[in-house]
Amino acid sequence: MTAEEIQAKLKAKFGEKISDLVVTNDPAKTPVPHYEKHFFVDRAVWREVAEYLKYDRDLLMDGLMCVGSLDRKENLTAVYNLYSYTHRHRITVKIDVPREDPRMPSAEPVWKHADWMEREEYDLMGIVFEGHPDLRRVMLPDDWIGHPLRKDYTEPEEYRGILTWRENLLGKLPGGDYTQS
Amino acid sequence: MTTTALKTEEITLNMGPQHPSTHGVIRFILKTDGEIVHECIPDVGYLHRAIEKISEKMEWQGFIPYTDRVDYLAAMNCNWAYSLAVERLAGIEVPRRAELIRIIVGELGRITSHLIGNGALSLDIGAATPFTHNIRDREMVNDLFERICGARLTFSFVRPGGVAYDTPPGWIEDVEEFCDYFEPRIEQFDQLITFNKIFTQRLAGVAAIDTETAIDYGLVGPNLRGSGFRFDLRRDEPYGLYPEFDFEVPVGQGQIGKLGDCWDRFWVRQLEMRESLKIVRQACKKIRGETSSHTAKVKKILKPPKGEVYVRSENPRGEMGLYLVSDGTANSVRTRIRTGSFSAMGIFPKVAKGLMVADLIAVIASLDIVAPEIDR
Repeated sequence: MTAEEIQAKLKAKFGEKISDLVVTNDPAKTPVPHYEKHFFVDRAVWREVAEYLKYDRDLLMDGLMCVGSLDRKENLTAVYNLYSYTHRHRITVKIDVPREDPRMPSAEPVWKHADWMEREEYDLMGIVFEGHPDLRRVMLPDDWIGHPLRKDYTEPEEYRGILTWRENLLGKLPGGDYTQS
Repeated sequence: MTTTALKTEEITLNMGPQHPSTHGVIRFILKTDGEIVHECIPDVGYLHRAIEKISEKMEWQGFIPYTDRVDYLAAMNCNWAYSLAVERLAGIEVPRRAELIRIIVGELGRITSHLIGNGALSLDIGAATPFTHNIRDREMVNDLFERICGARLTFSFVRPGGVAYDTPPGWIEDVEEFCDYFEPRIEQFDQLITFNKIFTQRLAGVAAIDTETAIDYGLVGPNLRGSGFRFDLRRDEPYGLYPEFDFEVPVGQGQIGKLGDCWDRFWVRQLEMRESLKIVRQACKKIRGETSSHTAKVKKILKPPKGEVYVRSENPRGEMGLYLVSDGTANSVRTRIRTGSFSAMGIFPKVAKGLMVADLIAVIASLDIVAPEIDR
């Protein structure tokens, strides 16, 4: 199925909770395959949409390839790249969550692969996946403050007494910092 | 005293982060009763270098050396995967000669990666000799790589638009010579260890993963094919010139133990090396008389038009997916790298339950995980 057909099928079932198809690429400059088009799903129905995507006989999106995320200023966006090993078609689904309240349902009960993938997005982007069985940080220490992949993130000066920066020792060389000349 | 009167106690055992058989800096928290693992919680992140964040500060081509360090055992393939994504985003056409060089180095990279993977597996469960044989053969490929790009581990050779350098004189002939040398070596390795009784008993039937579970947990590449599912991106969602090539996609069949056990994953890698050799030989034939350039003309500072792509490529550790978002400037907005090893970590709590500690080591090695690829 093409992205258009998948979007139309979901639209017929879930109505205005599914957005129109979005194309970010300019087709005149870069001819991209149809599956790079995507649509947005309302976070309230994401669990039902995910189940429908996986179990509907025409869709059968059994493979969750990747969970990504974007920081789009007022919103954070979770990006699910799905693939059907049975029908060999793929689609990208996005879910917008407001920055002040970044909660959305987890897809872990639908795809087990989402377990670790969502943990990483929680850790680095700070999207809170509700219903996730084990939502802990995966890359950073448990007591780390902030989510580094957000665009407004500033790196702390130190972590438990360990500096996260280093003095430029090149400046102390006899000839000065040669990298600056 | 009867065995029922024996009181046992569950203890928490730390395996790693510095443990020779965790293949890098990974920690497993094990709850064990004697030798039996009740629970296994993988703890990763010790090698997290924030490569995805760094990409936001780098120019597109400037990020290539970082992709080397995502999976240092298959740096060529990582370069290639990233270049593919950037080319799709920027609409760059790659010359035919560059595509053929990519296939040669990519498949040689797959061979070196599988050599380490299978060699380390045998080393981990106690057979040290096969590993040394594999390291010897890998050195020969490294010599070839050194001649074409100057580096032996982190190549930065495949770049958006093509490859960094054309093949030096005589290089293609030497690649063919290596193929002739290496083919009997795979056979020798099989005689040495693959069907060895002790070896098969350690691996066969251990941690069998059925196809459905493998797909649900996102296993990819040889791990998925080891579970008997015939899927290879080079065949099923081809990129580059792969549609022109003739090769098989080997899958596990459970000849010795159960379908999808550790031995099947090991065996799929052994078979894949043979298929890679086939591809390299065909590419060497095709590249003769191919006069196009080794790289397309690409601007020094690339500014791909606004857009986003998710591109996947078949790396030695399975699908590497790159989700790139560009806003038309010289830096990426977001780079998301999906790797096979990270996905494989999620399945440990499931498969490790009820295994012996020594078998867990075989499972770690058979899933062929590489720590930098998990943490990125």
